[in-house]
Amino acid sequence: MSPLRVLPALLALSLASVFAAEPQPAVVFDMGGKFDKSFNEGVYNGVERFREETGIAYREFEVTNETQREQALRKMAQRGSDPIVGVGFAQGPAIETVGKMFPDTRFTIIDSVVDLPNVQSVVFKEHEGSFLVGMLAALASETGTVGFIGGMDIPLIRKFACGYEQGVKFVNPDAQVIQNMTGTTPAAWNDPGKGAELARSQFDRGVDVVYAAAGGTGIGVYQAAADADKLAIGVDSNQNHLQPGTMLTSMVKRVDVAAYNAFKSGADGSWQSGVQVLGLAEGGVGWALDEYNEALVPAEMRAQVEQAEADIIAGKVQVHDYMQDNNCPD
Amino acid sequence: MFVSVGFWAATVRMATPLIFGTIGELICERAGVLNLGIEGIMTFGAMIAWMWVYQGGDLWTAVAVAAGCGAAWGLLHAIFSVYLGLSQHVTGIGITLLASSLSYFSFRLLLPDVSTPPKIQPFESIAIPGLSEIPVLGEALFTQTALTYLALATVPLCWYVLYRTPLGLAVRMVGENPMAAASQGLDVLAIRAGAVCTGSALMSMGGAFLTISVFDAFYFEMINGRGWICIALVIFASWRPGKALFGALLFAAFDALQIRVQQASSTLIPYQFFLMLPYVLSIVALIIMSRKAAYPKALLVPFRRGER
Repeated sequence: MSPLRVLPALLALSLASVFAAEPQPAVVFDMGGKFDKSFNEGVYNGVERFREETGIAYREFEVTNETQREQALRKMAQRGSDPIVGVGFAQGPAIETVGKMFPDTRFTIIDSVVDLPNVQSVVFKEHEGSFLVGMLAALASETGTVGFIGGMDIPLIRKFACGYEQGVKFVNPDAQVIQNMTGTTPAAWNDPGKGAELARSQFDRGVDVVYAAAGGTGIGVYQAAADADKLAIGVDSNQNHLQPGTMLTSMVKRVDVAAYNAFKSGADGSWQSGVQVLGLAEGGVGWALDEYNEALVPAEMRAQVEQAEADIIAGKVQVHDYMQDNNCPD
Repeated sequence: MFVSVGFWAATVRMATPLIFGTIGELICERAGVLNLGIEGIMTFGAMIAWMWVYQGGDLWTAVAVAAGCGAAWGLLHAIFSVYLGLSQHVTGIGITLLASSLSYFSFRLLLPDVSTPPKIQPFESIAIPGLSEIPVLGEALFTQTALTYLALATVPLCWYVLYRTPLGLAVRMVGENPMAAASQGLDVLAIRAGAVCTGSALMSMGGAFLTISVFDAFYFEMINGRGWICIALVIFASWRPGKALFGALLFAAFDALQIRVQQASSTLIPYQFFLMLPYVLSIVALIIMSRKAAYPKALLVPFRRGER
């Protein structure tokens, strides 16, 4: 090849590297889609906020089947996106594979831990947030029987259930917690019809407050609760507005903040790999109080929960994390 | 547990989409066409019915629109599988993939940025005077929504048409022996295509039930394999409408039971066991029921005019 021909190629290359200096961040949503009114939507809100504030566009992909996760992440990395945010525990193995293939690309995984030098893992203390909504459930319940409906049966969802149960028992040691898992496959996140049936069956057994950690399936639970005039507790995003008047509260997991921070720190260079654990103290989890549910949460109930919140942050109250020993104390 | 109204009401509710789907599939198969497009057609019906109401249409026209779209998918199926005589398996799977992807695509196209979930006012449940006062069963059976009654009415109607009318005879004949039907001057292809369209319309209504009757919003993948269950139920029913109703109710009953047993169970038996119970029992019932099943002889066999 003559030098004359190489020159434009070199020029093109250097131009490319100029563009690469400001790489586009990317996000890979998981099954359920970015408008699942829950987990993925939280991430979507976070990255949208980043785009509005900085004007930096981002690449996105919505995974619709199991095999697409790795493909999508690899594709994003090949196209020079950086940092790349993977949403959900299910993307853990894919991030690990692709993270090794592209050691110079920064990855952030939300809801799972991947131990690689170029991966930032953001996990939440869902048990702490669930503990607080468990307290609210027990305080609001008249029957002393409250319910929990999980989506796919995975340790993470057991962690929600376990924290919730501890919160319920903290207020009322005699309270009964009735639990259901929707299924054992990812389809369990997307079956609102089944969610409604699960809720109705719990109401038949005397449940009057039900907490759903089940993605789209949960929407059916909230609907059934509204129909039966029972109370429901939302999850991940603030879902109080879904059924005003019958949503007691929502256990919020600030995935939007996590996603926003990943993009933001990626852009300004403060991004760091390693594990970040966001709990009550860090404002990573909490419970939602807004105009839709303030009538349901009287001041003394609120004070009691806020006291517990302070005690947990101060370490006076310990909430057991199911995922530490795969066991929930009775 | 078995005397609780909630259990029986849940059974009937959960059976409704299965009844529509199973009767729809049964009509297709009786005419000799296996319709594997069912899962996609149900998804599309769920999407279009919901979208229709969301855009301001009323509930019954939404049911009609869903049925019409279902019939259109059926026609597409028939063009490939009946008129062109192509593989029914490939056609069906293709339609399932196309119809469900198209549903998701058009949903997202029409609602690109929704942060509050769009909801509609679904069908209200109607208590039938008199009948709904019967203890337990009356309350479970006769306080449902209009679409559930429609599903229950489809079964005797399907039976009557199939076994008591010349049209039904023609449908069964093209599924058993299309050659003989053709020799009687019947238009085998048209009858098959008609059966596939009718069946697909019913499947689509089954999907619509999920978004405008039992629930009030559309979700991706919310059909969740119900279509495939219908295909199994047709075999379970040995291609008879009455048994199809029984099968759908039985399956739904196991599902409703599973939910309740899960709550009551001790840690001795893992709940996953109960989760698989409806499927296991369906398979067992399938084996028992289908031993003497007389399947339509010309099922899966394409008919070509003038060929022997």
